[in-house]
Amino acid sequence: MGKAVAIIGVGQTNHGRRMDVSYPDLVREAVLRVYEETGLSPNDVDGVVSGTMPSMMEGVALTHFYFADAMASAGKPILKTETCGSTGVSLAHTAYYWISSGMADLVLAVGHEKMTEGDSQATMTTVVEPWYQRYFIAGAPGVFSMQSQMWSVRYGLDEKKVRDAAAYISVTHHDSAFDNPYAHVKIRVTAEDVKNARVITYPVRLLDVCPNSDGACAVIFASEEMVKKLGLKKVAWVKGLGYRGEEYFFGDSDKAVWQSAVQAAKQAYDMAGIKDPRKELDVAEVYNPFTFQEMLFYECFGFCGLGEAPDLVLQGTFGRKGELPCDPSGGTLCTNPIGATGLIRTAEAALQVMEKAGDHQIPGAKLAFSHAMGGVDQFNGVMIVGSER
Amino acid sequence: MNKEFKTIKTEIRLPYELAYGATWTRFFEGMSNQILYGSKCEKCNRVLVPARTFCPRCFIDTKEWVEVPQQGTLTAWSYVNYRYFGQPTTPPFIGALIRLDGTDVDFVHLLGGFDLSDFEKVRKIVKNGMRVEAVWANERKAHIMDIRYFKPLA
Repeated sequence: MGKAVAIIGVGQTNHGRRMDVSYPDLVREAVLRVYEETGLSPNDVDGVVSGTMPSMMEGVALTHFYFADAMASAGKPILKTETCGSTGVSLAHTAYYWISSGMADLVLAVGHEKMTEGDSQATMTTVVEPWYQRYFIAGAPGVFSMQSQMWSVRYGLDEKKVRDAAAYISVTHHDSAFDNPYAHVKIRVTAEDVKNARVITYPVRLLDVCPNSDGACAVIFASEEMVKKLGLKKVAWVKGLGYRGEEYFFGDSDKAVWQSAVQAAKQAYDMAGIKDPRKELDVAEVYNPFTFQEMLFYECFGFCGLGEAPDLVLQGTFGRKGELPCDPSGGTLCTNPIGATGLIRTAEAALQVMEKAGDHQIPGAKLAFSHAMGGVDQFNGVMIVGSER
Repeated sequence: MNKEFKTIKTEIRLPYELAYGATWTRFFEGMSNQILYGSKCEKCNRVLVPARTFCPRCFIDTKEWVEVPQQGTLTAWSYVNYRYFGQPTTPPFIGALIRLDGTDVDFVHLLGGFDLSDFEKVRKIVKNGMRVEAVWANERKAHIMDIRYFKPLA
């Protein structure tokens, strides 16, 4: 095991449709905020890691070059990490590896996306090759709807109950977004609104799916020595992390019990010494661009048994006042600048254990789970943070 | 429309010519002759379709070519009802995972052969586990769309 690593500060942009700023200015907004939050300056950090979705999203390749000025990374080691939707958690992992190895004491991780400038689903279909899968995959909703559909049939779940549970998730997350000053979509919706919204890719309707957002997130990671040197009391210690990928072709592996999600969580739990996640975790930020898929994740992460998620959702187990609150920030469902989104999950988890989550703070949260997924159902990454070393 | 800040409209167009290599050349030649080729891994005994040069799990070359049955069972499906730039298939369409008989992975393709315009009618027809069969195009171009779609078997 490497050296201990902590998150010491978080900066987020106001996410949304941000045609008021250029992409570099948007990135700088998050970077300025994390330096303001920590009282540090660009001179203090040993290295910078940045990441996005595929560059076709905004039509500029090699964004870590484009943002060299916005991240003040000139003269420093710089890395780019890109794992599709899971980019953000991979950024957190990269910063962790860097410091844990002893090669750095302070690393700035920046995730960013400006999705409203391009065509997000057209970009996503470029992650599959043009001779086979591209004809059928139809961007993220196509794939993840198929997965959700496979899951609900696998466990013989009642279609109406699953629909009700997904609507419940949509309503509660949209409500939570009002308590998050950085969230994008802030609308009050009812279960009836969700169930009657336009079909995007059945069973996913418009209010079951995340928006296209512009946003960036910057997080500073520090070694234990640096935490002591800076005299910091409230930090988020990295307790565990895990990542798994799967084979390339969509049809090659089972997606209903999604092994990359199961194994990524298990790796993180083993490292953190967690045996009963629902009991031991205080809050979770699950990457949830689709309401139906969120339930599948609860099961893969061991928050409940296979096929049990809809019942527990409807009982409020994963609500703000439930046994394991999930996505009190409103989650990906309400804010999705993809290259930033996974890092926002980790940042939100860190804010919870540092007791800095404001109006969506889960009282007394000490151990928080964060997650992101991506690819054509290929990638899952997890990072668990805690208030205790 | 008044805008507070200016924008620039831009586009990237780049030409590509992608090599199929020996395995996928043979696979698509098979499609043009209404044959679906898979490959069998001699280590894990799985039959993979489309055909592969190597088994992604065992990481050994696959040497045995298998002519795969053109009937199978529906594993999962998704009714797609939205559009994006450059979309190669016109919505509404149904993307599907199909477990072809005698194979060990799901083949991704379309479901069709019935009216897709009304989703409520579609959901009465399409059920996981139903039997489906490939419908070939009259003119074939050694291309994945040489199969027009898989149709439900009554």
